[in-house]
Amino acid sequence: MNSAIQVIPLEWYLLLSTVLFTIGVLGVLFRRNAIIIFMSIELMLNAVNLLLVAFSSFLSDSKGQVFVFFIMAVAAAEVAVGLAILMMVYRNTKSSDINTLNKLKW
Amino acid sequence: MKALILLSSLGVISLLAEIFSFKKLLYPLVLLGLTVAFVLNIGEWNTNVTYFKMMQFDNYAVAFTSVIIVVAFLWFLMAEGFFKDETNQTDHYSLVLFALVGAVLMVSYTNMTMLFLGIEILSIPMYILAGSKKGDIQSNEAAFKYLIMGAFATGFLLFGITLIYGATGSFSLEEIKNAIATSVSIPAIFYVGVLLMLVGMSFKVSAAPFHFWAPDVYQGAPTMITAFMATIVKTAAMAAFVRLFDTTFLRVEGSWVNVLWVMTALTLLTGNITAVFQTSTKRMLAYSSVAHAGYMLLALLSANSYSSPSILFYTLAYSIGSIATFCIISIIANAKGDDGIHSFNGLAKTNPLLAGVMTIALLSLAGIPPTAGFFAKYFIFTSVFVAGHVGLVLIAIVASLIGVYYYFRIIIAMYFKEGNHEEVPVDMNHKLLLIVIAFAIVALGLFPDSVIRLL
Repeated sequence: MNSAIQVIPLEWYLLLSTVLFTIGVLGVLFRRNAIIIFMSIELMLNAVNLLLVAFSSFLSDSKGQVFVFFIMAVAAAEVAVGLAILMMVYRNTKSSDINTLNKLKW
Repeated sequence: MKALILLSSLGVISLLAEIFSFKKLLYPLVLLGLTVAFVLNIGEWNTNVTYFKMMQFDNYAVAFTSVIIVVAFLWFLMAEGFFKDETNQTDHYSLVLFALVGAVLMVSYTNMTMLFLGIEILSIPMYILAGSKKGDIQSNEAAFKYLIMGAFATGFLLFGITLIYGATGSFSLEEIKNAIATSVSIPAIFYVGVLLMLVGMSFKVSAAPFHFWAPDVYQGAPTMITAFMATIVKTAAMAAFVRLFDTTFLRVEGSWVNVLWVMTALTLLTGNITAVFQTSTKRMLAYSSVAHAGYMLLALLSANSYSSPSILFYTLAYSIGSIATFCIISIIANAKGDDGIHSFNGLAKTNPLLAGVMTIALLSLAGIPPTAGFFAKYFIFTSVFVAGHVGLVLIAIVASLIGVYYYFRIIIAMYFKEGNHEEVPVDMNHKLLLIVIAFAIVALGLFPDSVIRLL
């Protein structure tokens, strides 16, 4: 199992995670649809998960993989709350475009 | 730890209250539980127990847990109406109690895992509570922005934790500290990780330039929840920030101290200057809370033996002052339907008690003697002066002078402007609470040593 992960050098995992994380950050900053913003946040968290697993394998240490479970559980809770909030917003505005949320000055 | 277990069980018990129909008893039960938690927590003073290398209840953790429980107690006394108005009040009780559990985790962690879980246990209930006025579009917007920005910040924090794990092979603060103390060359990803964690934590304490969500969220959320966010959430986040940077990352201070210097200066100036232009008092206090995060960052930056006691005193002084101001703002906004500064016109004639307590609380927030806020600022400025950041002390003094200007706008409106002559109705409970807080602010200002000597 470990050897399969270690076929690819660690630097490439680091690069891939950084690219995925950056795509997530840009998605949160520039997309206007609330669902896509949620997806971008998930992308950020999963980039972190990927990197944690890679580090964990290269360091031969299981703590990193345990941490991934915590992130997954918390991300699930966060998305459950997030989608509930989005439903609440949708009921009031009939839209999932965050530009309708401008009642408070930015 | 006993306090933590008690708070968690109180949260579970309040979920059961709906099923076993003892909703009426819940409010006194929670107040009793908080009192017992406070006593149990004080009992752990000087014991310094460590749990599975995950949490450590040293005096720092016990002191901040006490501040959190005391402020939560005052908050519950203030927010009785918030629960009464809701249809599903038991959920709100448990959400608030679980948020407190997260806050206690954040002041006592010794492992990145517990830091992450503490932040999330604190934040997720706050997202829900910020949106608890379901039909109100402003509350919806506040909840949505808080959630997006909170999750975004968590992403940065986690990426930072991961890079530090990659560089040192551990999540434990002590092992990380040892790893950077012994290694000959620290890998570059470690420094990137520290900076990413700095960004993540700055989002949480709403330090500039990552503060832009705070005014919107504070204004849109129900006033009671705003009070909770401005006091307990900020205290916990600040305590976690100090625990991380002033102990574990102190050795690599060179990598973050300059960034933090600029951020502190920006936070102080943007918070105070933008607050001057606000007409809504709630939004003004939101910017003022950004500014107060700046003062607390000053102590973090100084990273010497003065910083923990001065932050402890500052969070206590700032929190009880904020509880009083938010309580009065919610009373005024309920009675007059508007939280603009003009709602306070002539308050001194109709409600001298409200005006008096508001004045004491605002003087404390502005840092004028003999209130608690003066010594809070004095200790912080001393600690940063000793650390040698003279330029920042000057910026902070200019920023506090600007702060005095906008706090006095409310005081002037209350005492020197003509308003309508109808008295605002105030509950007996709120009156008592406000009097107690006013005395506490003055008492802390007269005897600051009692708190500052603790750490």
